[in-house]
Order: sequence, then C-alpha cells, then structure tokens
Amino acid sequence: MKGTKLFVESLLNENVDVVFGYPGGALIPLFDELVDCKKIRFILPRHEQGGAHAADGYARVTGKPGVVIATSGPGATNLVTGIANAYMDSIPMVAFTGQVKTNLIGNDAFQEVDLTGITRSICKHNYLVKNPEEMPEIIKEAFHLATTGRPGPVVIDLPVNVTTADIKAKIPKTVNLPGYKPNMEGNPKQVAKAAEMINEAERPVLYIGGGIISSGCCDQIKTLAEKGNLPVTPTMMGLGAFPDTHKLSLNMLGMHGTAYANYAVTHCDLLIAVGARFDDRVTGKIEEFAPDAKIIHIDIDPTSVSKNVPVDVPLVGDAGRILKQLIPQVKSQPRKAWLAQIDQWKKDFPLKYDEKGLKPQFVLETLYDQTKSKKTIICTEVGQHQMWSALFYKFTKPRTWVSSGGLGTMGFGLPASMGAQIGKPDHLVFNIAGDGSIQMNIQELATIKNNNLPVKIIILNNHYLGMVRQWQQLFFNGKYAHTDLCDNPDFVKISEAYGIPAMCVEKKEDVLAALKKAIAHKGPFLLDIRVDREENVFPMVPAGEAISRMIGGMA
Amino acid sequence: MRHIISATVQNKPGVLARVAGLFSARGFNIESLAVGETEDPTRSRMTVVVGGDEAILEQVRKQLAKLIDTIKVQDFQTTPCVKRDLMLIKIKCPPQKRAETMEIINVFRGRVVDLGEKTMMIEVAGEEDKIDAFVNLMRPYGILEMVRTGRIAMARGE
Repeated sequence: MKGTKLFVESLLNENVDVVFGYPGGALIPLFDELVDCKKIRFILPRHEQGGAHAADGYARVTGKPGVVIATSGPGATNLVTGIANAYMDSIPMVAFTGQVKTNLIGNDAFQEVDLTGITRSICKHNYLVKNPEEMPEIIKEAFHLATTGRPGPVVIDLPVNVTTADIKAKIPKTVNLPGYKPNMEGNPKQVAKAAEMINEAERPVLYIGGGIISSGCCDQIKTLAEKGNLPVTPTMMGLGAFPDTHKLSLNMLGMHGTAYANYAVTHCDLLIAVGARFDDRVTGKIEEFAPDAKIIHIDIDPTSVSKNVPVDVPLVGDAGRILKQLIPQVKSQPRKAWLAQIDQWKKDFPLKYDEKGLKPQFVLETLYDQTKSKKTIICTEVGQHQMWSALFYKFTKPRTWVSSGGLGTMGFGLPASMGAQIGKPDHLVFNIAGDGSIQMNIQELATIKNNNLPVKIIILNNHYLGMVRQWQQLFFNGKYAHTDLCDNPDFVKISEAYGIPAMCVEKKEDVLAALKKAIAHKGPFLLDIRVDREENVFPMVPAGEAISRMIGGMA
Repeated sequence: MRHIISATVQNKPGVLARVAGLFSARGFNIESLAVGETEDPTRSRMTVVVGGDEAILEQVRKQLAKLIDTIKVQDFQTTPCVKRDLMLIKIKCPPQKRAETMEIINVFRGRVVDLGEKTMMIEVAGEEDKIDAFVNLMRPYGILEMVRTGRIAMARGE
C-alpha cells in the first residue's frame, strides 16, 4: 500500500477523528491523501504552535490523544513549545513532522532540522522513520505510548520518501515494547500500610493532581474523601477532579493557593498525594512543606516518587486501581476536631478582594454564576488571569479546566480553546486571557472564525504583563521593567477584522450584561474587559518561602 | 558515592543520545560510559559510572528505567561482580629500555600490541586501580597517547 494511504489508515485504526495540521513541502503527498479522507476532520490553524496547543486542548477535554502535523524545518520547530507543554502536563498527543528525504538527512538540506534531537528531552518518546516498512508499527507504538502509563506526547518524524514509498507491512494488532510495562496495581502490603496510616491519622489531607483526571478516578477520590472525612486540595492541574463546592474541598494549594489549603497542609499529620508530583509551585520551601506529616504517594511514574520530597509509603501504579484496593480498607471516621479547625481557617481567611472598581475576580464570580448550570469549559492563558480563574471560578467536573500548568505557556489558551470546542461541541467554551497572552497566538482568531467555533474570549485587560508586574511591585521596588502594555492595540477592532463580534467593557455594572450577551451569541464572541490595572493575585507565597507564609488577601 | 549502573537497552539508533541527554538534562555526573552489543544482537548494554548521593542515584536508576528503549537496569553497588577497564597506552621506549618495560608489563599482565622504533603500545585490562598504577609506572618513560574504554561490569554467578 502507498505510504500516504497507509498513514491515513493507521490514523483511522487509532480512531482519530480530528487532525490539526499545517502543510509544507515535505507534507504535500501526505496532505494530498488526507484531504480525501472524509472520516477525519482537518483543522488548519494559522501557526503550527496553535495546532499543537489545539491538539493538546482537544486531548484535555476528551481524554483522547490529540494529533498534530507540521512540515519539516520551521514547521517542526514551531511545534516545540506545544510538545513541551503537553509533556509537562502529561497530555496524550501524537505529533507528526515532515522530514527531508532520507538520503538528504544530515546534509543541511532545505527546511531540515534534527527534530528527534531537538525534541528528545521534551517528549515521552520519539521516532525518525528511516525504513518505510516500520511506519505502521511505529504509529501503532506511538499511540500506545502516548495514551498509557503516564501519558505524554510522542513525536514521529516522517521523511517524505517514507510516506511516498510502497509499503508491504500491515498495521500490527499489538505492540512489542519489551522496555515499557507501566506498573498498574499497587503492592498489596503497601496498600494495607497506607490504609492503616489513614485510619490512624488525626489530621490527614488528600492532595490530588492531574493524574486523577488522566486515570479517570475522580469518583473514587470522592468516595475515599467522604468515607474517611479527608479534606481535599487539588493542584492547579487537578482542578475539577474534586468539586470546589464540596464541603471537604480546601480548593487549590501552593503559591497562589487558598490560605486554608496551605495551613491544612502545613499542619497535617498525614499527606496523601495522588497523581501529583510535588512541584515547586505547590511545595514552596521544601523543608517546611508538610513538616509534621507522614507522606503516602500514589503515582504511576516511579521517577515522581521521592524526587522532591522523601516519601514514607510509595505506591507506584494507576491511581484508579490503587484507590480500588485502598478504599475498602479505609475506615469511616468523623475527624471532628480537624474539620472544625479547617472550618475556622475557612472563616478566618476566606478568598476575598476589594470590591471597589472593576475587578477581575468579580468578572470570574459573575461568569461562574452565569454558567454554573451549563456544561462549561474554561481555558486560560498564563498569568494573573489564570490564577484568578483557578481561584474564583468553581470547578466541579473533570476535564472542564484547560490551562498550561508545568510549562506556563502564554499563548496556550486561545488555540487550546479551539481544540476544546472541537472535542466538546455541546459545551460552552471560554478562553480567559490577559492582554499580554492573547497577543501570543492571536492569529488563531482566524481559525475560530473559519470553523465557526463558538468560543467566547474574555480578555481581562489591565494593560500590563500583570503577573510579572505584581512581582516587580512586591519584590523589585515597583520598578516596572518592560511590563507596561499601555500601547495595546484595539482588541475589539482586531476581533471584528477577523469577523468575530466584540465588545469593550469599562464599568463594573456593564459586566453582567456583556457576559449574558456573549453567552447568548451563537458564534464566537470577544469581550475586552478593562479591569483594575494594579490588582494583585492574593494570597501569594513569595518564591522559595514556606507555603504557610502568604502575603496579601488575608483577613 | 560512585556506582556502576548497567542498562540493557534496545540496540536502536539514538539510544546512546537518549541516555547521554538524560544525564546532561538532569545534571547527573557521568564518569564513564561504555556501550556495546550483547549476546542478543537486538540489545546492547551500557555501563555507566555515576557519582552522587543516594537520592540522585535513585533518580538515575529510575530515569534510566523510564526510557522506553531500556529493558533492564542493574546497580552493581551491592552485587558481587567483575569490573574491567581496557586501556591502550603508547609510551616512548627506545630499544635499550624494552627489557625493563617488559618486566613491568608482565607484572601487570599487559600485552605489547605494537612496537615502533622508539615507541611501544601496550594493552592492559583490569580493575581501575591496577590500570591507574600501571599508568603511574609508565609516566617516567613519557606517555605519548592513552585511551580507556571506561568501566564494564558483569554480575558473578547466576
């Protein structure tokens, strides 16, 4: 079979129904075949980075691997940030790149880069297909690797003569990877030990991350929390895995976590980490993180265990399977004193802000109010608006929060929201942006318009690179080095030029009507909301400080 | 502390780059790295000598095992094993010094593998200390060139 045809067959065999891709010289034969395949929806972003983030957003909301294709050379290097972003957040993705003919590899040919070399440290695995007969096997392996164990992006570099070759090999039914066997079940002795520790703990905290969402075990986390009366704090990647509105929820912890989550973790005697990796934005000063606690760590990736924090009971395996083993052994307990202490912290140190003026927090609270009864997905860029979204929008279901965690990629949100909307056409999808971030992939407004994706874009516009400005204000004597964006373009005009209706909101009393208008509008809509310029994200733990020592936003 | 870690990997292009990249990306210090085919031509074995505290070494072992192409990782720290380095060394050696040099070479069970008018190339295999001692004894003659394979190791018994 011709390579290009076999390529398309391989995608269909993996149940791929959407591909994000951008053409180029090395891909012309492949696109010639792909365009005739009616079972795969093809989305043309306006920049390859947009395609990668869109595939990532699609994967986050559906749980299926995102697929992106870019041409050799600059097309491939434009994917790099998107691949790294998916890798840091363990998102299943398969990225295909065109490559020059095999006989030209290494010759500095036109549009040639060593893409497997460039992406080696930012993907789960990568391949350069040199022998056309290996292509079907490699594609099968790539999808298997991307979606199993700790998920992640896999890159396949396809020389143009590989895709045009006549290939005898068939698509294999199974994969042969002798070095890849993710551990799934927890060691029963360790599970029993963990259960005993939970039953004996007086002040336990359940700390959950994005692994809960990848494993698909949010219901089990709820069962465990309710059975043992365990207060729950999600990381930013774990938002939605446990309802923010639940009485046991402490909301997010860490650098911009709630005071009550950070106090609970600091005072707990047992920390049960599930599908989380003790990131520095969560732990703050590591020596003072949960200093009195024994630690149980459930994670599928052995390298995450005891990497940053020594662990008392490691449990390597799939979170869902381990919870299934663990829950029957956990005793029901009231833990009245501990829960009363937490309620007191919640009363004493609630999330709050000064309500004078047009505050970003107010926009998010109003948005939550207007959308809580609807199926809603919130995507964000990176910066202050992201933290306000994490704190002031209440997430109650998994896969409804799409945000760049590990890599912190400005420009992620807009393309990710396209992918999210394509993956979940029946959901109301928002991209919450800052005025800095939105400009990093603003060209994707064209893709949104062309595909009539009804994404609602809300720019919390403070005419600053706000998060850096906040650090400059707090830690660099208010010297705003290169963070003032007072000469921003007119976002309403830009949006309208792309054919997307838009509105500028300058007064607090106009926010509700504007949000209602955007939500009611059938297609995409953009709101440029001029928020209080120097509002800060609080609470905040200064970099390198203990998470119990927060500044701002305290009662 | 220095550990000898051995990884059995798929014999595929790019595997060496993956292992070397892993060490540099995570800031691990490699002292030596030796690679070669095994009894199964589809697999190669890498022997890495790496330094660091127990937490670092645990990460090294885990990160190596996590590579998709890695089949097995062994740490020889607590296992009885045979360790060897191989060295080729070329020294200045005029004909009148050959006999005395040969005596030293015999003590170290080395072999002369090339003889020039005024030079001699010697092959020595053994544990690191033995090779270091031999190198020291050769210094007075004048070392022209030297190359070492780095450590390879294999567990004793079954």
